[in-house]
Amino acid sequence: MIQYIEEILPALLSGTKMTLSIFFWTLICSIPLGALVGLGLIQKFKPLTWLLNFYVWIMRGTPLLLQLIFVFYGLPIIHIVFQRYDAAMFAFILNYTAYFGEIFRGGFQSVPKGQFESAKVLRLSYGQTIRKIVIPQVFKIVLPSIGNEVINLVKDSSLVYVIGLGDLLRAGNVATARDVTLLPLILVGIIYLALTAVCTIVLKLIEKRESVWR
Amino acid sequence: MLAIKNLTKRFGSRTIIDDLSMTVKDNEIMAIVGPSGAGKTTLLRCITGLEPVDKGEFFWNGTQFDPTNTTQKDTIIGVVFQDYQLFPNLTVLGNITLAPTMVKKESMDDVKKYARELLSRLGLEGKEDLYPFQLSGGQKQRVAIVRALAMRPKILCYDEPTSALDPALRDEVAQIILDLKKQEMTQIVVTHDMDFAKNVADEIQQVEQIQ
Repeated sequence: MIQYIEEILPALLSGTKMTLSIFFWTLICSIPLGALVGLGLIQKFKPLTWLLNFYVWIMRGTPLLLQLIFVFYGLPIIHIVFQRYDAAMFAFILNYTAYFGEIFRGGFQSVPKGQFESAKVLRLSYGQTIRKIVIPQVFKIVLPSIGNEVINLVKDSSLVYVIGLGDLLRAGNVATARDVTLLPLILVGIIYLALTAVCTIVLKLIEKRESVWR
Repeated sequence: MLAIKNLTKRFGSRTIIDDLSMTVKDNEIMAIVGPSGAGKTTLLRCITGLEPVDKGEFFWNGTQFDPTNTTQKDTIIGVVFQDYQLFPNLTVLGNITLAPTMVKKESMDDVKKYARELLSRLGLEGKEDLYPFQLSGGQKQRVAIVRALAMRPKILCYDEPTSALDPALRDEVAQIILDLKKQEMTQIVVTHDMDFAKNVADEIQQVEQIQ
């Protein structure tokens, strides 16, 4: 059995690399974009908030799987062609930005108005206020919700299976179909568990660091 | 000297302040008193630039200024809010040094030196590295005072400085305000507490409910 594991492990690890690549790039792009969307959602300029609300509604109201299929199989019909990986990144970043945007909106709204006024009478600019006072407070407020989405993203990344990207799940499924054994799928499960465990630990550490102030 | 001329403030069709004029002399303490809902805090918010006025002019030593103009780096007015509004994510020292370094571009060393001087003057030495949640109500208020003073305002305003404090601390705030007066700070105190106002103020401005 050990020998068999050694045999399929390279394929699984290469799949894990794809999974992690989707995971990291989605996070790196979606969290800052989500913060911007969240900031946009609390502005008083109505057309902007309507547009952003519409975007969030579409992205959260339809399955990510549909969005993936739409981008990769649907858009080529109207001559917009993405490579597999680019299609996955495009759909994931759009989708997760919407979720993060909604989380950040809640975060921004829970910063008391008095904090903005306090900054204003100290003559801090809007940008300085957002950067030095609001973002740090929002970050702490949204951390648990962001954490949930991060864990979800590890698992959601397996949806790229449907557009034929070689991620962890596909690697496991291929091995199971070829060798008629459950072992690859069990290993896939273990690797996902390890990935989410690492995320959980990192999130706990960040939360602990943030707990020096209340 | 701060002079306010013909100040009118409305919320919708409700007139809160009607054609009010007043002057605050240098090194004096002006108390603004009146019943709840009479517009004391609104008046203070107009003076501090947090509310635009419908009509009225503000003069500092004869020169007109617009309190809502936040691009003016030379602060005329400093504010201590009723609930202090310290920044919870910054330490005491961080709260105090943020605006002078970022807005006035003063050097961190100079600001820190001045901040420590102010902190010890208000009996807060040793609290520099604490976060606001680690302070008592009275200490938070004093940090808020230091934070406002660090911007070297010409006038310091307080919104209901005694409302969140127990009676013993009330006298302490009065003492702080009177001490600051000795250091030639002009101050405006909004309060519903007439005894407190009589205790500290050189002049009392009544604000009445407009029918």
